[in-house]
Amino acid sequence: MASLMSNEIVRHAARTAMIMIAFATVGTSLLVYIHELTKGPIAESEAAARMMLFRQIVPDSMHDNPLLEDVIEVAPDAMLGNRSVTRAYRARLAGEPMAVILESIAPDGYSGDIKLLVAIRADGTISGVRVLAHKETPGLGDYIDIARSSWIRQFDGLSLANRAAEHWKVKKDGGEFDYVAGATITPRAVIGAVRRTLEYFEIHRESLFAGSVTTGDRIPQQEQTHE
Amino acid sequence: MSEYRGIVENGLWKQNPGVVQLLGLCPTLAVTTTLVNGLSLGLATALVMAASNGAVSPVRRYIPDEIRVPVFILVIAALVTVIDLSINAFALPLHRVLGIFIPLIVVNCIVLARVESFAAKNSPVPSVLDGLMMGLGLTLVLSMLGGMRELVGKGTLLSGIDLALGPQAAQFVITVIPDYHGFLLAVLPPGAFIGLGLLIAGRNWVELRREAAAKSDNLPLTPAVSH
Repeated sequence: MASLMSNEIVRHAARTAMIMIAFATVGTSLLVYIHELTKGPIAESEAAARMMLFRQIVPDSMHDNPLLEDVIEVAPDAMLGNRSVTRAYRARLAGEPMAVILESIAPDGYSGDIKLLVAIRADGTISGVRVLAHKETPGLGDYIDIARSSWIRQFDGLSLANRAAEHWKVKKDGGEFDYVAGATITPRAVIGAVRRTLEYFEIHRESLFAGSVTTGDRIPQQEQTHE
Repeated sequence: MSEYRGIVENGLWKQNPGVVQLLGLCPTLAVTTTLVNGLSLGLATALVMAASNGAVSPVRRYIPDEIRVPVFILVIAALVTVIDLSINAFALPLHRVLGIFIPLIVVNCIVLARVESFAAKNSPVPSVLDGLMMGLGLTLVLSMLGGMRELVGKGTLLSGIDLALGPQAAQFVITVIPDYHGFLLAVLPPGAFIGLGLLIAGRNWVELRREAAAKSDNLPLTPAVSH
């Protein structure tokens, strides 16, 4: 009697497990199918969105190469604030290096990292800066976002050569950058990060335009000799 | 027909998920910073609810009681992923806005609640209608909450509609209060709690008045909140 009972339980459990497996199989197959179906369009629309962003800081007239394909990897560096390998995109006109787009992180924002995209021309002047992602207070610190205000355009055309170190501050601190009263931590962080990115560019200018991700080149980690 | 009518009334008013059942408050509170956000996430949730109810109802007899919750979750998760991938592929900007909240629809308990309490016991057509109506009821609450918070917080309505419908839709943004400096509290999390509280109070007030009008006797009124 007892064995009959347990037999029944085993059979019931097996049946239940089979049903669960069946549902899991159907669900997984559906996901595989949809993933295959949407993979192309997702990559395309992401590339299109990225290009639209790039076009704001590196105008089409500045390059004739495919920006998204002329890429070099950048190892984590304290000056850029990146903690993992990021990518730098190069703009060239008739093979001549025109500009590079670097990803940079301001770690000292009001709340969390501020991810920036900094486009620097070959001569070291800024072509444009955009905020990729931030968690600053909505309605207060978010004026660094081009969707909220044109604050970020103040960087256009600046370089380490045409602005001395003391200018890279908000007006409140004696520099030349506008800010919104009550939200000075955010612009300070962004200004600092952009300046460090320019310094990084000065050091790595040659290697940024040489090599390529397809040949496995990467700008190596800076040895901690300076500072 | 009266069965369908009952389902519609339940979803939109009597058992409204947002202000009566108070289920799925996580997205209700988190996403509703603007009307467009609330509306978009509401519609996405409604779509998931209709689809998951419709998927579970036809196979409800084959799902053993012991594993019904894992099976339901599996079905819901698969459908949400399908919708997530589709939005990512065909409406990337909207995906940027709703981003992390779409996968979270999986754990929105209102979805599981309707599958468990309705689709597992009813035939497909009423089940789909129930999912859709419950979803639209939630959409209604999310939109009102989003609208209230946007209006008080930013003085606009429909801001961000260009993200959902393309850049040419930017003209639909209504600036209700020009030169408004914003009321941050409404946009931050406390504004969500206060706004939802007002909506619940408003709904209860209307319901109590209706009941009082319907019943002329002096029976004590019961509050409309269940659960």
